[in-house]
Amino acid sequence: MAVITMREALNQALREELRRDETVFLMGEEVAEYQGAYKVTKGLWEEFGDKRVIDTPITELGFAGLGVGAAMVGLRPVIEFMTFNFSILATDQIINSAAKMLYMSGGQFKIPIVFRGPNGSAFQVSSQHSQALESWYAYFPGIKVVMPSTPADAKGLLKSAIRDDNPVIFMEQERMYGQKGEVPEEEDFTIPLGVADVKREGKDATIVARSLMVPLALKAAEELEKQGVSCEVIDPRTIRPLDIETIINSVKKTNRVVVAEESHPFCGVGAEISAEIHERAFDYLDAPVRRLSGAEVPMPYAKNLEKLAIPDVNQIIKAVREVAYLDS
Amino acid sequence: MTRPALEAEKLNSMTKQATPTESRAGAEDASATGVAEQEIADTDELSREHQDQKAKQIDRTAELDPETLLKLLNQMILIRRFEEKCAESYSLGKIGGFCHLYIGQEAVAVGALATLRPDDYVLTSYREHGHAIAKGMSPDEVMAELYGKAGGCSSGKGGSMHLFDADLNFLGGHAIVGGQIPLATGVAFASKYKGTDQVTLCFFGEAAVNQGAFHESLNMAQLWKLPCIYICENNQYGMGTSLQRAMSLHDVSQKACAYEMASEFVDGMDVLAVREAVLRAVDRARKDYLPTLLEIRTYRFMGHSMSDPGNYRTRAEIEKHQERDPIKLFTESLKEKGVLDDDRLAQMEKEAREVSERSARFADESPEPDPKELFTDIYAS
Repeated sequence: MAVITMREALNQALREELRRDETVFLMGEEVAEYQGAYKVTKGLWEEFGDKRVIDTPITELGFAGLGVGAAMVGLRPVIEFMTFNFSILATDQIINSAAKMLYMSGGQFKIPIVFRGPNGSAFQVSSQHSQALESWYAYFPGIKVVMPSTPADAKGLLKSAIRDDNPVIFMEQERMYGQKGEVPEEEDFTIPLGVADVKREGKDATIVARSLMVPLALKAAEELEKQGVSCEVIDPRTIRPLDIETIINSVKKTNRVVVAEESHPFCGVGAEISAEIHERAFDYLDAPVRRLSGAEVPMPYAKNLEKLAIPDVNQIIKAVREVAYLDS
Repeated sequence: MTRPALEAEKLNSMTKQATPTESRAGAEDASATGVAEQEIADTDELSREHQDQKAKQIDRTAELDPETLLKLLNQMILIRRFEEKCAESYSLGKIGGFCHLYIGQEAVAVGALATLRPDDYVLTSYREHGHAIAKGMSPDEVMAELYGKAGGCSSGKGGSMHLFDADLNFLGGHAIVGGQIPLATGVAFASKYKGTDQVTLCFFGEAAVNQGAFHESLNMAQLWKLPCIYICENNQYGMGTSLQRAMSLHDVSQKACAYEMASEFVDGMDVLAVREAVLRAVDRARKDYLPTLLEIRTYRFMGHSMSDPGNYRTRAEIEKHQERDPIKLFTESLKEKGVLDDDRLAQMEKEAREVSERSARFADESPEPDPKELFTDIYAS
């Protein structure tokens, strides 16, 4: 297997799907001539030309809606948001049009579209450019939400998202584009949506982590192993539909859970996972589910404050020790 | 003046040449409405205007054969009677939620859709019963949708504001003001992408023009030369707020200048004026992938929805516009032209009533959606 970056893996997925299916096109701000603000779309404009790799004006509501309309009549748009912060301008089209079209048309119009781009915290870009929005989109029936944490997952899941007949919110992580990992080289490598991955097996506690939190959870698990605590790390990879069974099965084995996320806790994905665990596996729990979330503040600019707003490895270790009652 | 500005002016004067001058007069006249205390023009003036409008409409009949003319009238009458039936059913509690009637605006949908091929696309707002029927959708299925029944065109899941028919390329019924405008732009984008010559008609009210979605869409459509025709049905009120209280530039057609887009102002009470203007726009779209903005001035005789108290305009204002009723005008024109007689008109009226009554019976008898339908059509498999 080749070792490549998350950025390269995403690029491969886009290139392969553009080659495979003429109805796939890529649209967004700076995706073509500029090669992508984060270079995810590097080289695609050269290969596929103006027709299929399209630079847009800065008009998020407009091109998101354009994509949904094109999907109504048989195209498969991949709409890039330079970051998901800007998708906020497009939520009317994502939620009111894309998510509901199939239902309110009585099953007549499916919307095969991918909205993708970086989500979550970045490096010192302050409040309006550094936020995790997955719980917003995951709230709505009709939408799928995907959050890969490794280059292989990114490639396999993006290819599946493009082939899916539903609107898919595909959230990358700005801090992770340069992260390297092994990616299978076979042409048609895909990973199904809605299937969680056990990133590390363990028996004493479960850490449910997604996106940026996965590498941190794995580091925490390594350290905890040295302290005699065996952690299982589960990455749901798809937030909606959520593979809750894999999480529940792990909880039944370990009886202790920490859910780590960089997003805010209130009405968040961690809250949902916690509620599901309490409803389905209450009798198996030896401690209440512990959520570890981003601070309830807009993201600050100052480096030290920014660091304090996102969970880190030490906090994950501390949380696992708490649910294992090791320090009491 | 910059070169683009000059070109825009040229383009505008070019398209405006085709605009009937009496429509302009109508625009100025109409722009005074919305003020409750306005003076109502005296009967003689109205009568003169009416005669003038009729003479122009009779001129326009020259190009069309009698059957085509009668078909247009027939559709307008059917929509009027259908909407009246909707009002009745709503008051009986058979239709729930919001129900926005098209009475007074029939000439717009009928004139515009008469220019289309069956494979052309239509997207519109929540005031769309008329467009759906003009596109060829079954009144039975439309009424059943309003009744929330399984036999409805959207299986009872959409309701009055979300009528769809994939087979007829009727792409909805959208209930967020202006939400259909980017969608229609995308449908037109897809036609160009696929290399077809299908055109897309996008209908919206004048209040949608104040939304960002309108401006973002027009910019992209002209920038990328997309075959979309943006039809602003200016009925002069966004719910209860008059255009004068909501729009800094009242002349909607002029807004196309900002995007170097062709535009026209059209008298929406004259079904043939609408047809001619949309035909010009359809030609531009089909042959050259060019978009157009049409401002079609009309008036709704009913409230915004069935729950509208209507205290923002006077009875006199409504009556004045009813003098310009598009069905009344067209009926008189066709009679004077010798295409229509009282017998034929009575037959049309009778058929329209029968179709409307039958649609209500169909809707009544159609079963409610099966409870298991609650959880279908959420995701495509």
